[in-house]
Amino acid sequence: MRFILKTRYQQDIDVFKHNGQRFWFGLLAMVVVVAPLFLDTFYLGELSLVYIYSIAGIGLMLLVGHTGLVSLGHAAFLAIGAYAHSWFIGKGIPLPISMLLAGLISASAGAMVGRPTLRMTGIYLAIATLAFAHIVEQIIAHWESVTGGFRGQVVPDAMLMGLDLGHGAPFYYLCLVTVLLCLLAALNLLRSPTGRSMVAIRDSEISAQSMGINLARTKTVAFAVSAGFTGIAGALFAHKLGYLAPDAFTMLTSIQLLLMVVVGGLGSMHGVFYGAIFIVVLPQFIAIMRDTLPAAIGQIPGLEPGLFGLILVLFLIFEPLGVYGRWLKIKQFFDEFPLYRKATHKRQKSYLRTERLR
Amino acid sequence: MEVLQILISGVSQGCVYGLIAMGFVLIYKATEMVNFAQGELMMLGAYLAYTFINILGMSYIPGFMATVISMAIIGVIIERGVLRPMIGEPPFAVLMITIGLGFILRALAGAVWGTETKTLSNPFTGSVARIFDLSIGYENLAIIIGTLILCGTFYVFFRFTRLGIAMQAASQNQLAAYYVGIPVKRIYSLVWALSASLAAVAGVLVAPVSLLEPVMGFIGIKAFCAAIVGGFGSLPGAILGGLIVGVAEQFANLYLPPGIAATTAYVMLLVMLLVRPQGLFASIQQKKV
Repeated sequence: MRFILKTRYQQDIDVFKHNGQRFWFGLLAMVVVVAPLFLDTFYLGELSLVYIYSIAGIGLMLLVGHTGLVSLGHAAFLAIGAYAHSWFIGKGIPLPISMLLAGLISASAGAMVGRPTLRMTGIYLAIATLAFAHIVEQIIAHWESVTGGFRGQVVPDAMLMGLDLGHGAPFYYLCLVTVLLCLLAALNLLRSPTGRSMVAIRDSEISAQSMGINLARTKTVAFAVSAGFTGIAGALFAHKLGYLAPDAFTMLTSIQLLLMVVVGGLGSMHGVFYGAIFIVVLPQFIAIMRDTLPAAIGQIPGLEPGLFGLILVLFLIFEPLGVYGRWLKIKQFFDEFPLYRKATHKRQKSYLRTERLR
Repeated sequence: MEVLQILISGVSQGCVYGLIAMGFVLIYKATEMVNFAQGELMMLGAYLAYTFINILGMSYIPGFMATVISMAIIGVIIERGVLRPMIGEPPFAVLMITIGLGFILRALAGAVWGTETKTLSNPFTGSVARIFDLSIGYENLAIIIGTLILCGTFYVFFRFTRLGIAMQAASQNQLAAYYVGIPVKRIYSLVWALSASLAAVAGVLVAPVSLLEPVMGFIGIKAFCAAIVGGFGSLPGAILGGLIVGVAEQFANLYLPPGIAATTAYVMLLVMLLVRPQGLFASIQQKKV
């Protein structure tokens, strides 16, 4: 076991807690930086997709995992980011500025939806975001002058100083840099008073309020930041897709994003990446399975959403902490080797805690 | 006259929303869980009716009965298998699990019955009732009358029967219901059975109007809007909300451009949440402290 002797206050907010972490994350950083040297284009593309989903996942994790608010409509923010970015690029605005603007527009859309709906809790918020996503879907389909309607539109090339960043290794590095910046921003946010109050709200609104946290403000900020990250992810997603059409941003996308944070592990930034890997790998896995399985099973229409649903249900029942939670348990098992007790992580049975008076 | 005609088709559409919304409300009232798979349960009910009536060749009424009973059993199985372990978990986890359940049911329906659309044979299609100058299809009439009967039954059930009152008790305070000797777990199973069979009725009634396909359960989302407009947690509110949304949608279809008309239910939901979040019939108050 490792015991960390804290000798400075600064250690409480260090990104890396000890040298072991520094070593492993450094190694990981080296591997992802040199990845284009030994991966072919397809796997590089898939890895870029993992990064893109991770950015959206970071946003959603801040909302769901750290603030405890559920959004069933994050595909809408992804769409807003994608279309805004595509429009700005088409107008000749440089790539980084356009991505930032896409994030800002998405964030302000998030704040606009968030502000009034945050008076509600739990399901009401989820439903409101769902409704918002449907409305955005319709707007995209019918606002033809900007979005191209149902026919969709081609995303302009990602040019920066004469360099095409839209494909292959350059795009990979673009995604990598963006995801690192977003991750740093999110981790910093979580170490700031705002982030701490978000976590406090998740754990108990009542106690957070009595500590003097402004609920409405913090929730709005969380919602806006979350939407902003998702918007930036949307901007990269637009380049990844190459062609934007409304059917890329449906309710299934929202559910996929939510599945990502649940499977990865709520409340941890590690979980985001596990979840992103999971949802990128799963469709490939299904595609391979389709060919090997007998036709009667392999050719079921809607197999993929069905499997998504099944995995979601199984995770929620058996491992609500997700892949990251399972990883922590395995690590603890080896840390305390002969002394590990199964009951450590046993979930307590509880009665329904009602949220209503009557 | 045209207005009245649209009103009637809106009412019949609204009754369908209302029936599904009642299923939501039943489960929410009793278990404080939000069942997002209610629309999929309705879809499953319609497909079961198709199996009993079209494939096994039963006649309409016995087929209807068989559907309702088997859906009740499926409701109990779902409650025991999936939702029982989730009692006491945060509401959002339950919400997610029912969403997942909806996806599973849709994939299952696609696997078993195929994705091409089916028609349920029924005694209503083709006949039209004329009342004054209005013509109402029998299938729409059946929806309206069926809803009325169900509303009456539920009113009597919750007002006068021991079981109904026990359900209300379990919904108001789980722990207190345990203390006075109500078997809360069994009540939960029964609520799910009730709600699933309600979904089955909605499914069989709506089948003549819309075609059978695995995605017909998406209507559940609009029904959800109806439930919130009416006031989540109130049965009359659910029906009323359904009627309002249904009628508004029909009129929007006529007078507004298509893109806007498709969002009517959602816009109404958002406006309602802004103006009066507790809905028209506020029966549930959030804790203030």
